[in-house]
Amino acid sequence: MDTATMGHTDAAAGSALIPLLSHQFDDVEQQSYSSILGMWIFLATEVMFFGGLLTSFGIYRYLHPHEFALASHNLYMWWGFVNTIVLLTSSLTMALAVRASQLGRRTELVRLLLATMVLGTCFLGVKAIEYTTDYHEHLIPGLNFEVPEHQLGEVVERGLDPRMMQMFFVLYFFMTMLHAIHLIIGIGMLGVMAYLAHINWFSGGGAVQIEVGGLYWHFIDIVWVFLFPLLYLISGK
Amino acid sequence: MSTTVLDQTAAAGHKPPKPHRETYLDAWTVKSWLLTTDHKRIGILYLISITVFFLIGGVAATTMRLELMTPKGDLLSSPDAYNRMFTLHGVAMIFFFLVPSIPATLGNFLLPLMIGARDLAFPIINLMSWYMYMIGGSIAIAIILFGGIDTGWTFYTPFSTMFSNTLVVPAAFAVFFAGFSSIFTGFNFIVTVHTMRAPGMTWFRLPLFIWAHYATSLIMILGTPVLAIAVMLIAVERLLRVGIFDPALGGDPILFQHLFWFYSHPAVYIMVLPGMGVISEIVPCFSRRPIFGYRFIAYSSIALAILGFIVWGHHLFVSGQSMYAGLVFSFLSFLVAVPSAIKVFNWTATMHKGAIRFDTPMLYAIGFIGLFTVGGLTGIMLSTLAVDVHLHDTYFVVAHFHYVMVGGAVLAYLGGLHFWWPKITGRMYPEMFGKLSALAVFIGFNFTFFPQFILGYLGMPRRYFEYAPEFQVLNVMSTAGASVLAFGYGLPLIYFLWSLRKPPSAPANPWQATGLEWQTESPPPTHNFEFTPKVEKAPYSYSPVAVEGFDGYGDHGSH
Repeated sequence: MDTATMGHTDAAAGSALIPLLSHQFDDVEQQSYSSILGMWIFLATEVMFFGGLLTSFGIYRYLHPHEFALASHNLYMWWGFVNTIVLLTSSLTMALAVRASQLGRRTELVRLLLATMVLGTCFLGVKAIEYTTDYHEHLIPGLNFEVPEHQLGEVVERGLDPRMMQMFFVLYFFMTMLHAIHLIIGIGMLGVMAYLAHINWFSGGGAVQIEVGGLYWHFIDIVWVFLFPLLYLISGK
Repeated sequence: MSTTVLDQTAAAGHKPPKPHRETYLDAWTVKSWLLTTDHKRIGILYLISITVFFLIGGVAATTMRLELMTPKGDLLSSPDAYNRMFTLHGVAMIFFFLVPSIPATLGNFLLPLMIGARDLAFPIINLMSWYMYMIGGSIAIAIILFGGIDTGWTFYTPFSTMFSNTLVVPAAFAVFFAGFSSIFTGFNFIVTVHTMRAPGMTWFRLPLFIWAHYATSLIMILGTPVLAIAVMLIAVERLLRVGIFDPALGGDPILFQHLFWFYSHPAVYIMVLPGMGVISEIVPCFSRRPIFGYRFIAYSSIALAILGFIVWGHHLFVSGQSMYAGLVFSFLSFLVAVPSAIKVFNWTATMHKGAIRFDTPMLYAIGFIGLFTVGGLTGIMLSTLAVDVHLHDTYFVVAHFHYVMVGGAVLAYLGGLHFWWPKITGRMYPEMFGKLSALAVFIGFNFTFFPQFILGYLGMPRRYFEYAPEFQVLNVMSTAGASVLAFGYGLPLIYFLWSLRKPPSAPANPWQATGLEWQTESPPPTHNFEFTPKVEKAPYSYSPVAVEGFDGYGDHGSH
C-alpha cells in the first residue's frame, strides 16, 4: 500500500504539505534533529576509526622516536603547510555556505560549495604531487622502500632500525590515504549538494542538509589538523 | 481495509476471525523484500540470514565435537582441518550470528514498535546495513568454499599475517563489512531512541529492552571501528609484507591484541546486553509483576557498556602485558560483576511472590538467569590474575564464554523469538514442543559445557586436535550433550516454519503484556500503529489480577 495514505493522519497531512518529509517522521523539526544527531553519531564512529590508527602511531613514535623523526624529515613540510592552509580555507567557505543556506541565498550557496570543492581538489592535487615524489625517492613501503642515501650514514652511525623508518611510512600512507578517501567522498557529496541547490531542489533552502554536510567536511579538516603536526612536524634527533 | 482502534480491550483476543487486514507481510515479490525499507521486513531478512550462519557454525561445532569423541585425531584428516573447523565455528557464530542476532532481528523489528514510531530514523541506511552484512557473509561463504582459514576467530598476529597460508585477507574484509553493518544498526538505534519516541514516552518509560539496545548501540558505534582498523592493518601487513604487527619485521604483536580486544571484549556486551533486554521483558510479563528496580536495570546496562570498554586487558594477562596493567585490568574486570549482579538480583526479585507461568519464553528466561550467573561467576575466576595463569587457553575458558554466549545470548534470543513470534508472524507456536525445546536446550547445554569446566581445570588446552586419553570420558559426555543441544535447537526451526502454514490467527496480545508493541495488531500494519500512541503510564504496569483469562491460545488454539 502507498506509504502516504497509510497510518497516521497527522503524518499524511504533513507529508502532503511538505514533500521532503520522510514518512517515518512526524514533522520537519524531528527530521532535522535526527539528521544532525545522526551525523554527530557517525562522526563519533569516525573518531574511533582514526583513533585506532593514531594510537598505533603514538605507540610506535614513543618506542622509536629517532627513526620516526628521521623518516619524517623526508616529507615536504611546506607542501603539508600549504595543504593545511588550503583545507582551513575550505572550512571557511563551507561555514559561509552553511550561513548562505540559512539566509536562503541560493546563488551564493552554490558558489561557496563549488569553492569548497575546488579547495578540496587542490588538496588532493598537492597530495598527488607528494605521493609521486615519494615514489621517485623510493619511500613507498611494500613497493620500493629504501632508506634515502643521505640518511644511510646517520642510520648506521647511530644504530637506528631502518624497519621502523619504513613503519613511519606505512602509517603515513595508511592515514593520509584514508583521509584522502574521506575527502573524495566529501567532494562528491558537496557536488551533489551544489547541484541540488542549483536546481532549487531543497524545499526549505537546504539549511539542514548543508549543515549536516558541513559537519562532515569540518571533521575531515580536523583530522588533517591532527595529521599535519603528527606526521610533518616531528623534530629532534 | 478494516481498522480497529487499538487499545488494550480490543486486543484481548476474543474477536471472531477478521476479514483481511493490511499487514507489513502483504507484498511477496522478490523486489518487495530486497528493496524494502520497512524495519520489520529488514528484521525478517536478518532473521533468515543469521539462521543460515547459525547452521553453518553449528555444523562446524558438530564436526569438532565428533572429532573430540576419541583422544586420537581420526575424523578430520589433519590438525589443520581441525584448525579451520574451529575458526569457521568462531567466525560464523560471533561475527555473523551472535553480534547481529538479537539487535538486527528482534531489535530491528521491535525498537520502533516499542517506542511508538513508524520506522527507524534512517530506513535506507537500515537496508544498507543488511546489504553490508550480506556482502561480508558472501565473502565468508566464499572463504569456506575455497579452503577456509585457520587463525582462530581472533586473527592473532604474527600467525595471521606471516605464517598462515589461508584466506586471511578476504576474512579481514568479511569482518570489516559485517562490522559496518552493525555500526549502521547501532547508529540508527541511537538516533531513533533520541528523536522518535511517541508522546509521553519519556526516557524512564522506555522498556528495558530499549535501554539494553541503546547501550549495545553505543558499543557498536564506538568499538567496531577499531576492529575495522585492526583487520585492515592485518590486510596491509599481509599484502605489503611490512611489519606492523610482526616482530620479525619490527612490529609489535601485542598491539594487535590490544586493538582487537578493545572491540572484541565490548563485543561480548554487544552479544549479551540485548539478551538482558529480552529477559527484562519476559520476566515481568510471566510473573505478572512490575519489574523490580527499573532504574537500576536501566543504568546497569549503560554501566556495562562503559565498563566493557576498560577491561580488554584481561585477555592479555599471559601475553607479556605489564604486570601493573594486569593488576588494573583484573580489578576493573571484577567491577563488571556489579551491574551484572544488579540485573540478576532484580530479575529474581521481580519473580519473588509473582504469579509465575512457565510458558516457553519464561522457561528460556529462567534458563538464561541460571546459566548467565554461572558464566559470570566463572568470569570472575578468570579475571583473577593468578587463577588465569593456570586456566588461560584451557577448556575452562571455552566453557566460561559458552555459558555467557550460548547460555546467555542464545537462550535469550530463543526466548525472545518465542515471545514475539505471534507479533512477528501472527502465528502461535505449539506450546508443548516449545517447552520441550527449552528443556532440551537447557539440559543439552549443561551436559555439553559443564564437563568442559572440569576438563579445563584439569589442564586440557583448547584448540587441540588430540588430547590425553584420561580426558576421554568427559569429552564423550560433552559430545553426547551436544547432540541433545542440537535436538533442542532443531525443534524450534521445524515448528516455527510449520506454524507458518496456516493464515495468521494470533491475537494482538497473547501474553497480556504491557508494551506498546502489543497494542497493535499481530502482525502489525506497515506503519505499525493506526494512531500515534500516547504513553501515560510507567512500563511493566502488571498486576496479578490481570492473570485472569491469560491464555496465549484462547479460542485460537482450536484451529
